[in-house]
Amino acid sequence: MAKYEVNLKINDIPVTVEEGTTILDAARKVNIHIPTLCAHPDLCVAGNCRVCVVEQKGARLLQASCATPVSEGMEIYTNSKQVRTARRHIIELLLSEHNADCTKCYKNGNCELQDLAHDYRVSDNELLDLLQFKNYTIDDFSPSIIKDDSKCIRCQRCVRTCAQLQHVSALAVAYKGEHQKISTFFEKPMHAVVCTNCGQCINRCPTGALVEKNYIDQVWDAIYDEGKHVVVQTAPAVRIGLGEDLGLAPGNRVTGKMVAALRRLGFDSVLDTDFSADLTIMEEGTELLTRLKKVLVEKDDSVALPMMTSCSPGWIKFQEHKYPNLLKNLSTCKSPQQMFGPLAKTFFAEKKNIKAENIVSVSIMPCTAKKYEAERPEMRDSGFQDVDYVLTTRELAMMIKQAGIDFEHLEEEKYDSIMGESTGAAVIFGATGGVMEAALRTAYEIVTGREVPFKNLDIKPVRGFEGVKEAKVTIQDVKPEWGFLEGAELKLAIAHGLANANKVMKAVSEGTADYHFIEIMACPGGCLGGGGQPIPTSPEIRQKRMEAIYEEDANMPIRKSHENPEIVAIYEEFLGEPNSHKAHELLHTHYTKRKAY
Amino acid sequence: MQNKNLKRVDLIFGEYAAEKYKTLQNALKRSPEEIINELLDSGLKGRGGAGFPTGLKWKFTKQENSAVKYVICNADEGEPGTFKDREILCRVPRKIFAGMAICGYTIGAKQGFLYLRGEYRYLLPDLYKELDIYHEHAKKFGLDFTIEIRMGSGAYICGEESALFESMEGKRGEPRNKPPYPTKAGYLGKPTCINNVETFVTSLMIIRHGAEYYKKLGTQDSRGSKVFSVSGDTPVADIHELELGMTVQEFVDDFGDGDTKAVQIGGASGMCVPRKKFADTIIGYEGVPTGGSMMLFNSTRSMYNILHDYLEFFAEESCGQCTPCRVGCQQLLKGIEAVKRGEKKPEYLETLKKLAATMKTASKCGLGQSVANPFTSIVNNFREEIIY
Repeated sequence: MAKYEVNLKINDIPVTVEEGTTILDAARKVNIHIPTLCAHPDLCVAGNCRVCVVEQKGARLLQASCATPVSEGMEIYTNSKQVRTARRHIIELLLSEHNADCTKCYKNGNCELQDLAHDYRVSDNELLDLLQFKNYTIDDFSPSIIKDDSKCIRCQRCVRTCAQLQHVSALAVAYKGEHQKISTFFEKPMHAVVCTNCGQCINRCPTGALVEKNYIDQVWDAIYDEGKHVVVQTAPAVRIGLGEDLGLAPGNRVTGKMVAALRRLGFDSVLDTDFSADLTIMEEGTELLTRLKKVLVEKDDSVALPMMTSCSPGWIKFQEHKYPNLLKNLSTCKSPQQMFGPLAKTFFAEKKNIKAENIVSVSIMPCTAKKYEAERPEMRDSGFQDVDYVLTTRELAMMIKQAGIDFEHLEEEKYDSIMGESTGAAVIFGATGGVMEAALRTAYEIVTGREVPFKNLDIKPVRGFEGVKEAKVTIQDVKPEWGFLEGAELKLAIAHGLANANKVMKAVSEGTADYHFIEIMACPGGCLGGGGQPIPTSPEIRQKRMEAIYEEDANMPIRKSHENPEIVAIYEEFLGEPNSHKAHELLHTHYTKRKAY
Repeated sequence: MQNKNLKRVDLIFGEYAAEKYKTLQNALKRSPEEIINELLDSGLKGRGGAGFPTGLKWKFTKQENSAVKYVICNADEGEPGTFKDREILCRVPRKIFAGMAICGYTIGAKQGFLYLRGEYRYLLPDLYKELDIYHEHAKKFGLDFTIEIRMGSGAYICGEESALFESMEGKRGEPRNKPPYPTKAGYLGKPTCINNVETFVTSLMIIRHGAEYYKKLGTQDSRGSKVFSVSGDTPVADIHELELGMTVQEFVDDFGDGDTKAVQIGGASGMCVPRKKFADTIIGYEGVPTGGSMMLFNSTRSMYNILHDYLEFFAEESCGQCTPCRVGCQQLLKGIEAVKRGEKKPEYLETLKKLAATMKTASKCGLGQSVANPFTSIVNNFREEIIY
């Protein structure tokens, strides 16, 4: 159906927009800014904070501009006396219910409520402080997320994120009126519910009500401890996000500066998760080919297809809760972070002649679920906790600021070796479709001896932000040892955001999907949109980050995991071959069935 | 002693034994347009309190091009001081179902729901008995319109129509953004005609007797009669059906105990009229409209306590989603407490009145928008009782 054009006036400026446009978007079109709190570009309309109210000529009520569609002939005023009074009142009301001890707040300086309070100078707020009448709880049981109800403004962004983007609904609205709050199933602590620790709620919380559990002080202590050798690994998506928290525009690639900054912070070895991403491709690619062989040739029923990727710990926990019967389909490969962990305390320790107990392993992740993953009881294959501390991109930015490093003007530096070398295939792990693309670049070549038949190795069909992507690859002219795959058509699917993952998994569990291999990332856009990435997030920001990731890939000298010389070396010197006994011991894991609530 | 000066009407409860779904049967012989015109002509406004013209609501729902439409009877009577729907549900349920069926026929709906207040669960056996009789008649008349009863769970907010839809859909009872209005997208996103219990019965009686008959009652702006729930300091606390258009003074003369100092019109969310304004205040759309609740207070009552009770009620029953209502109610409540205790100066009441004015224009739904009614009218008229 064709959309009609609607003519209206905002502050006496004529505007023409499509029908169905909100007053808020129409105002933006003529560069009139209306403040918002509950509205978010990734989420459905709520219209509950009321900060965005505007006056409509002839109307008895003020209109929430985020929720009200335009109509013909409308005359809107965004800064009338009535609007200003109401908006101030609303900000004052929110502050009267809010623990506004900003200097002690983790989100100080990146808080939308603080910004509004600043713009409207509500220092003469004479309303009563309602906090004195309430008993708020701070839930810090989760290894990833701290939920502080005293800072919550009930905008329900987190609730909508958890339900709409992630299909998890760990957070929901409880009670009503003065007792209304955002809570969990039976008000259990966050570690005891279906929360996947994805941190998407943190990315969208306008205040400090939801923040990551930070380990900055512990990491500083380790750095200052002369007896410790602190190794740090950096995930693929950190290098294209970090700049945003340090004054650079989204889409800046800051790999070299980040490495330099990490050295100046005092990390003893600056290494790369991209190295273990390449390793993941070797292990996971081999696992896939083995599974295909067992199913297609040996007709082994005990082996499950489709195989699902296991790099995203939020996704893992989601599946453990929601699809426990399909855990056998999950690749047994640990995530790159957790492959790096045990290798740092075994292989690396041996090579560098450092005692494992003296190694402190820190990882910088775009992710909050990685904090949880590092603490999983399975992740102690080195004999110690494999990864000691996980910091988000945001926490690293804070450390860099604390250390007084002029990030923008740093000279670029290179990662240390060993475990610092990587390929373009590893860096694209940071974008949805990246693991699939990296796996295809390697697996296709192993099986056929030729490069994947895509220009510049860019497998475009698996790229982009479509919720669920599907692709087919026909394998022809294989090497003799892979004869059973001759002519086989591999069916692939890629989903990002757990709502999309849920769609794919529903199809798989109902038997209506015949995929062989599925890549799933818990966060919208993949790791580049991870719960540990700089705030704010939006489709536009994630688009810029994605472009940066593929630029980074295109600029790498080596772009296939199996060609990484350090990977070749580690198999020769330490692991033997992919999926070897030793590899299984250190690089593979198992999963836990969990309850659905 | 009670005077009996005001005209009593017996439209809602009268002529019940003879009803036997005859009005419905006759209505089915008329065109939907005729029925809508009859209602428009009658000037009937919704009896739930908001006062939207009923004929217009039916017309809008009929105009929607949708294969599925719903009729919903809002029997979530939660307004403090209102108990007239309960009486109607108890005594004349047949008239409700017949009114709903006429609505269904008129707008082209096949399914109706009666959303019953959680506290009225004890009415279910009798309602189901009557519902069976209705369905027998509908079958006999060849009318494809079935009615189901859905239960509320005790939240005041679920009487707000869009929160009621959410509740019926199994979700948390929170009002929706408007537009779209229910006539376009209501229950399950389908065009829905939702009316109060009394509105359906009044519509039925208008269809039965004609608009002309109905228009003889009431005034230009407030046509017809209305069931009042009279409570408080009155010797005759009960349900009374009265012609609209009287002044509060006339009402108090009939129902007061001789010492009435204030009348709260329209329940907790309505307006408080003090004695000095009784003579100039008309009960109806030209003065103070009401969904039926009339609470009389004599000089032994503390208006502070009354306002405090109302505010406690709203602070508790706000759904909590929008800022002005959730936080505003708490501020008003704690605010008058602070003034009473002397922790805030009396002038703080002016700050609170301004805040109440914002709640009236910026809240998402009728609940938050109407808290200013009792607050401002009580604070303005009984300021000294609030302070001292």
